[in-house]
Parts: sequence; structure tokens; C-alpha cells
Amino acid sequence: MKNDSLVSISDFTKEEMLELLDDMRYFEANPNRNLLQGKVAATLFFEPSTRTRLSFETAVNRLGGKVIGFSDAATTSSSKGETLKDTIMMVNNYVDLIIMRHHLEGAARYASEVSRVPIINAGDGANQHPSQTMLDLYSIYKTQGRLDNLTITMVGDLKYGRTVHSLIMAMHYFNPTFNFVAADELQMPEQYKEFCREHGIRYTETADFSADVINRSDIIYMTRVQRERFTDLMEYEKVKNLYNLHNSMLDGSKENLRILHPLPRVNEISTDVDDNPKAYYFQQAQNGLYARQAIICKVLGIKLNKEE
Amino acid sequence: MENDKKELAVAALRNGTVIDHIPAQSLFKVVRLLDVENLTSSVTIGYNLDSKLIGKKGILKVADVFFPIETLNRLAIIVPNVNINEIRDYKVARKFKVTLPDEVVGIVKCNNPKCITNNEPMKTRFHVVDSQNGTLCCHYCERLVTKDEIVLK
Repeated sequence: MKNDSLVSISDFTKEEMLELLDDMRYFEANPNRNLLQGKVAATLFFEPSTRTRLSFETAVNRLGGKVIGFSDAATTSSSKGETLKDTIMMVNNYVDLIIMRHHLEGAARYASEVSRVPIINAGDGANQHPSQTMLDLYSIYKTQGRLDNLTITMVGDLKYGRTVHSLIMAMHYFNPTFNFVAADELQMPEQYKEFCREHGIRYTETADFSADVINRSDIIYMTRVQRERFTDLMEYEKVKNLYNLHNSMLDGSKENLRILHPLPRVNEISTDVDDNPKAYYFQQAQNGLYARQAIICKVLGIKLNKEE
Repeated sequence: MENDKKELAVAALRNGTVIDHIPAQSLFKVVRLLDVENLTSSVTIGYNLDSKLIGKKGILKVADVFFPIETLNRLAIIVPNVNINEIRDYKVARKFKVTLPDEVVGIVKCNNPKCITNNEPMKTRFHVVDSQNGTLCCHYCERLVTKDEIVLK
């Protein structure tokens, strides 16, 4: 690669991930560090997003850098038919770093090949979203005190949900056990189950979100069924309300259980769960800021002086 | 003698390349991959010929052309076991099998309609993840393409 872009979670080694988790802890304690002074980052959001864009922009601002960009491709030249390559070739003349989200899969990898400045992938279609994975890892680490030997139950859209796919890739270093809970139409793709088998990772597959599965879990990772990933809307209507988590379902769950969700949630987690101390999704979103600060510094090669 | 007559149905070659025992359904893919259409030397294409080995076969004879090995290795994507015969002065001077390269650039289409390669003017690029079964992985969208799903660009 021409630069230190971050496109996919598999670009990181286990050591790099652990180092990043340590950096995230540093930023949680010191969110305002003037490490990006004089630097400009572009946030190119060809596909809408609230959380990811705002937390990346907050991260740059809290690090003392400046941000340019757009949050709607309709207002840019790509709506006139400009290629992604041309957009990147132009923007990388202006900035030190490009943070981009695109609806097409592989867009970030391609951008990283044509760009002179590092690209951070903030989501490319249903493919990769590595900063989300880092904040998920950090949330698991923080709430469980470890990453090793955990039972993680993934629920909902396991077919199109990129966050669950990337989390499997990231967790494979830590001897996890997975429970995949999904309707037939939205089951974990064969490719990822094959990955688990290759790496000796135990997993179960069920369509039944039962007390038994819940009570065995250290982490329940809920996901939204994403309307925008469906080409067939009939299919979407069939599966959108299949898995809802209610507070009463957590009665027999482990003490250390925490509920994660990449957000936005619609109705897959009932609001009566929000006040349960096992609900962690809002803090999880907060961890996104630290994840993005750590990632930005890493791709720009900025070393943190943690002794200060 | 019956066999000899069949062989003669396809003209003998003095110099050039013969690819025999191509499964009939893959013949025209082979023709495309070798860009036969743009050759100027004489070419014989046999289609749906009877074969004891594989049922219906195809055969391709190209006079006076010896393809670069990188070009021939492309064939491994669709006909992994095919034999290449290089003929010099009516004799088989070299006979070999093609080998699948580690990377396949610019010849296979990604089957994911949402892949960047289907939406930008750019070359496709695949990593060969399983050379036994001919499974490719798109370098960009990371989708797997099995041998039977392969569509040429």
C-alpha cells in the first residue's frame, strides 16, 4: 500500500489492535490533545451517517485539527458523474487525511490505492467498518476486563451486518465462542462460518433467541435489520421484527453480561432495557470517539507520549 | 483407423499451439481469454467433438503462435486441467498444464453489483484463495467467487 490507510480490520495485527486499545484508554483519560495542529482532514460521506461522521469530526477537533468535507454526495460532483478516483485525486491535494464512507463495497480499498494521503474507511457498503470494530473491541475489553475466552451472541441481521463480520475477524485472536441468532434469510454467510472453522472457533447457529442462549452469553451484540441493504423490500418486511430484546428476557442472565448495539436502533432493543445496568450501547457509542482519535493518530504516524 | 480419420478432420499443424480436451461448455471462454478473435494467423476451432475422456470436448489449434505463459495461465481459472501442446515441425515440442496464478487482474468480473469495480472505470483484481477449487476473492469488496460463478469481463 502507498500509505498507512486503514481499510479493513484485517489490516491490523493482533499487536496493533492491542496497542490501539491502549491508545484508546489514553484518549479516554485525555480527550483533548493538541496532536493535529496545522493538519486538515476531509470527511467524504457519499452515504449518510450521523454517529460515525460526528464522532470522526469531533475526534479531529478534539485533537486540534481542522475538518472539511461533505455529508451528502448529491451536493458534490459525483452527482455529475465524477469518478471516485477523480474526487480522491482532487481532495488529496488539499488535506492530510481522508475519512470516507461510500455505498459501494471496495470503494475505500480503491481510494487507498489512488490517494497520496491515508484513507480511513468509515464504512464501504456492507463490507468493512474498522473504526466501529475497534470501538466494539474496546467496549468488550472495558466491560469484561479481558478479551479472551468470551461467549458472544450476535443477533439480528448477520447476513448484511458488516459490524458482526468484522467483529468475528477481530475476535479470532482471543478464543471466543459465538452464538449466531438469525432468521434463515439473514444467517451468517458461509464465508465467515468457514473462517471460524479454519481458526478453530466454536459457534452455534439458531433461529431461536432463547433464554438458554441469553444466559450463556458474556456479550449480546444486537443489530438492526438494515432496510437499505435489501434489494427486495418484501424480504425486508418479512424479517424486520423478528428479534426484539425486552428487559424481562435478561432476568436469568450473567452478572457480567453487557448488551451492545452499533446503533441506530429501531425496535430490536425495547426502551425498557435502557435503564438496565447491563445496557451498554450508549457508552459504546461514546467509545467511538476514543477509537477514532486513536486510529487517526495511528494512520498519520503520530506517536503518543503517554508519560506526560 | 476410425480414430485416425477423426484426427484428420482437424488439420494437422506445422508450428503453433494446440489445446485439446477442453470441456465443450468452456471452449468459447478459452477463445475469449486468449483473444483469438484478434489473431491474424489461421485458427481451427473444434466444438462438440466426441471424447472418451470428457464426453463432448472442444479443441483449439492456433498456427504459428506461442502464447506467453502468463496468458495461458489465465485459462486455469476456467479449465484448470487442460493440456497445452506446443507444436514445432509437426511434433509436440512441449506439453504442459497451466497453473493458477496468485492473482487474477482485469479478466474476471466481480459478481457483486455493489462492488466498486462494477461502478468505476478500473481493472478488477482477485486473489486466488483456494487454488484446488479455483475460488477467487475480490481484492476490493472481499466477496468470494467460486469457479462455477466466474464471469469473464
